[in-house]
Amino acid sequence: MSEPQDRRAAVTGIGVVAPNGISTDTFWKATHEGLSVLDRVTREGCERLPLKVAGEVRAFDAADTIEERFLVQTDRFTHYAMAAADFALTDARLGQADTDQSPYSIGVVTAAGSGGGEFGQRELQRLWGKGSRFVGPYQSIAWFYAASTGQVSIRRGFKGPCSVVASDEAGGLDALAHAARAVRRGTDAIVAGSTEAPLAPYSVVCQLGYEELSREGEPGRAYRPFTKDACGFVPAEGGAMLVVEAADAARERGADIRAYVAGHAATFTGASRWAESRAGLAQAIRQALAEAECAPEEVDVVFADALGVPAADRAEALAIADALGAHGTRVPVTAPKTGTGRGYCAAPVLDTAAAVLAMEHGLIPPTPNVHDVCHDLDLVTGRARVGEPRTALVLSRGLMGSNSALVLRHPSAR
Amino acid sequence: MTRRVAVTGIGIVAPGGIGTPAFWDLLAHGRTATRGITFFDPSQLRSRIAAECDFDPAAHGLDAEQAERADRYIQFALVAGDEAVRDSGLDLAREDPWRIAVSVGTAVGGTTRLENDYVLVSHGGERWDVDHERARPQLHRAFSPSTAASAVAERFGAQGPVQTVSTGCTSGLDAVGYAFHTVQEGRADICIAGASDSPISPITMACFDAIKATSPNNDDPAHASKPFDNNRDGFVMGEGGAVLVLEELEHARARGAHVYCEFGGYATFGNAYHMTGLTKEGLEMARAISTALDQARLDPTAIDYVNAHGSGTRQNDRHETAAVKRALGQHAYDTPMSSIKSMVGHSLGAIGAIELVACVLALAEQAVPPTANYETPDPECDLDYVPRTARERKLTSVLSVGSGFGGFQSAVILTRPRE
Repeated sequence: MSEPQDRRAAVTGIGVVAPNGISTDTFWKATHEGLSVLDRVTREGCERLPLKVAGEVRAFDAADTIEERFLVQTDRFTHYAMAAADFALTDARLGQADTDQSPYSIGVVTAAGSGGGEFGQRELQRLWGKGSRFVGPYQSIAWFYAASTGQVSIRRGFKGPCSVVASDEAGGLDALAHAARAVRRGTDAIVAGSTEAPLAPYSVVCQLGYEELSREGEPGRAYRPFTKDACGFVPAEGGAMLVVEAADAARERGADIRAYVAGHAATFTGASRWAESRAGLAQAIRQALAEAECAPEEVDVVFADALGVPAADRAEALAIADALGAHGTRVPVTAPKTGTGRGYCAAPVLDTAAAVLAMEHGLIPPTPNVHDVCHDLDLVTGRARVGEPRTALVLSRGLMGSNSALVLRHPSAR
Repeated sequence: MTRRVAVTGIGIVAPGGIGTPAFWDLLAHGRTATRGITFFDPSQLRSRIAAECDFDPAAHGLDAEQAERADRYIQFALVAGDEAVRDSGLDLAREDPWRIAVSVGTAVGGTTRLENDYVLVSHGGERWDVDHERARPQLHRAFSPSTAASAVAERFGAQGPVQTVSTGCTSGLDAVGYAFHTVQEGRADICIAGASDSPISPITMACFDAIKATSPNNDDPAHASKPFDNNRDGFVMGEGGAVLVLEELEHARARGAHVYCEFGGYATFGNAYHMTGLTKEGLEMARAISTALDQARLDPTAIDYVNAHGSGTRQNDRHETAAVKRALGQHAYDTPMSSIKSMVGHSLGAIGAIELVACVLALAEQAVPPTANYETPDPECDLDYVPRTARERKLTSVLSVGSGFGGFQSAVILTRPRE
C-alpha cells in the first residue's frame, strides 16, 4: 500500500424518481423553489377511499428505461428503484460495462416499507377471484421486500454485499448507514436507497389504520407539520437511490465526492409513542454527531422528520433542542417533504439527496405549505434560504417506533 | 481491538418442536414434521403439504390481547424471544436500554393477515376498488414489515437500533449477521436476533406452485422433503421462528454467562444472475463461505459441520454442493453436511435463524443432525449428507449457508469458545 486508505463513505451519485421530479435536476429545482405537488389521489380503485391527498409519481413511464423482461416480473416500487439506480450510477459514472471493476466490488442495499402492493393485489385478485392456477409465476419475486435489491443487483451485474432493511420510515437512513458500513468494511461502492409505491387500493386500505395518516382533502392543507393545523402526514411514492462509495475508490477513478456519510445512529422508543420519541431522537442525534466527530454548533441545517402530528412535532422540536442545545433554536430546519408527501422509507433518502444538493448549491430548500410555525424552531418556509451549509443532519422516525439520525459533511467541511 | 460476539441464549418455535429441547429431540431422532396442510383447504393446490407448528399462544405465555394484536409470525418471535432471553440469564431491566438492539428477519411478514383481510375487503377477489370498511383493526400492523421487530423490542425493553432484515430465504442468516455487526462494531452490547415467518397461506403456497418450486408429493408428506436425494421434487413449506441472544463477549464473561459459542464470521453476496435461478458453479456462495472463514481466521479444514441450505430442489442442491466443494476443497468430502429442512421444512425467512439454533445445539450436544429421507444418491451431489441418523462428532467450528430468491448467498460461522 503506497498511501493510507481512505475508507470514508462518500456520496458520489444521486438518482431520483420523486413526485416532484423524475431526475435529480427537476427534483432539485422543484425542491428549492418550494413547489408542492401534493394532489388528489388519482390511482384507479382509490376513488372511494378516505385517503384523498397523496404524492403520486406522474409522468414516469417505466418502459422508457426498463427492459420489458424486467418490467413484467416487477412491481411499480421496483420500477422506481431500477430507474433511480440507473440515474445514480450514471451520475456517478459507475457500473459501466466497459470497466474492469470486479462485480463483487459493488453491492446493493435498499429499504422497503410497503413492498410490491399493486402486483400483490392483482395476484390476490386472481387467486381469490379465479383460482390458484391463475396466480402468475412472478408473484413470488415481485411482492416481497427484497425485490428491488435483487433486481438492481441482477440487472446491473453487482455481486457485492446485498441487503434489504424492511422497515418503517427511519429504515431509509439505516439503509444508507448500512451501505456506509459495508464500504468501511471494504466494499468499493453500494447502490443504496429506497423507493416505495404504497398507493394501490389495498395498500391504501392497509394504511388507513395509521392514526397519523392525514385524511384532509385539500392538498394545500393536508400536510402541515409544526403548525397548529397539523393533521397528519400525506403518503407518497417514488424515492431515491444514491451511490455510496469509498473515498479512495472514488478518487482513484476520478469521481467527484459530493458529501460524506459521516455519522449515523438509530434508536427505538415504541410504536406511535411520540412523546417518548423525544428522548430517542435526541439520543440518535447525539450518537450520530459523536460518530461524525461533529460538535452541535457545526450543524448548518436540519432536515426534519416532520410527521405532522402535534405530539410528534413537539417531540422533534424538543429533541433538536435537547441534542443541539441553544444552537437547536438557531439552526435552520427544513422539511421539503411537505411538498412531495412522505414516501415511507424513501422519505429520508430523498431528504438526504436534498441535503447533498443543498450543500452543493448553497441553498436551503423551504417547507412548502407551512406558514405559522408553532414550535421554537427556525423552520425555513416560503423561499429557499441562501447559505453555505457544510454539515447537514437528516432525521427520520417511523410509525413502528424507530428513530434515526444521519450526519452528512460537504467535502469542504473541516 | 475487535469486539468478539458470543451467543448466550437460544429460543425456538419450529414444526414438531416448540422450545429447544423438543426441537433438538426432533433433529436428533431424524423425525419429520411435514404433513398435509390443515390450516385451510388446500385442494386447489399442486403442493398440499407443509410443516405446520402445533402452536397455542396461550400455552406459551401470550395472553388473548397479545395474541390478537400480534400476527402468528410475530407470536413465534415473541415466544422464541422469551425462551432465548430466559436462557441467556440476562436481567434486561438492569441493562442500559440504549445498548440493547433487535434484529429480526422475515421474508413475507404479515402476508397471512394481509391475505385474510384482502378477501374481506375485495368481496372474495371480486373488486379492485376494495371496500375499506370491511378491514379489521391491526391490518396496518400486518402491512408494516417492521412490526415484528417493534413488538420484540417493546417486549424486552430494547431502545438501541431495532432492525428488520428481509432478504427472502436468507433473511434469517442476514438478520443474525446484521446483529453480529451491530454488536461487533459497538452499536450495542446485546442484540436479540432472529427471524420468523408463517407463510402457510393460499397466496404464498400458490405463488410457489406457479413456479413448481414446492414438492407435489402429497401422498407421502412425511417423506416429501428429500434434500440431496436423487428423487427430490421440491421444497416443503414450513413455518416457525428462532431467536439468538448475541452479546459482546466481555459483557457475557463479566456476568458469568454461559457462552454457547462465538460468532466467527458472516458474509453475503449477490449472484447477479437470476431472481430464482442458481448457477451450477456456486461461485458467489463459495465466496461468502471463504469471506466468513477469513473473518473467523479459520482455515477451510477447520470446518467440522456444514448446515446446508438444502431446500430439496435439484438446482439448489447441486449449486450448494459445488459451492461447498469450491470453498472447502478436498476437506468438503470429509465434512458432514446436512439439511434440517428434511425435517422442519423451509420456513422462508425464518429458516436461517432456525438453522443457526440447530448449529448452536449441534455444538452444544457435539452431534450432527441428519438429513432425513435421504435414500438415493444424486451423482452430482457426492458429499456426506448424514443420511437419516444423527451422528456424534467432535465439533468446534460449524458453517451455515443460505441461498435466496433475489440471488442472495450468505454464510455464517459459529465456533466453540476459545480459551
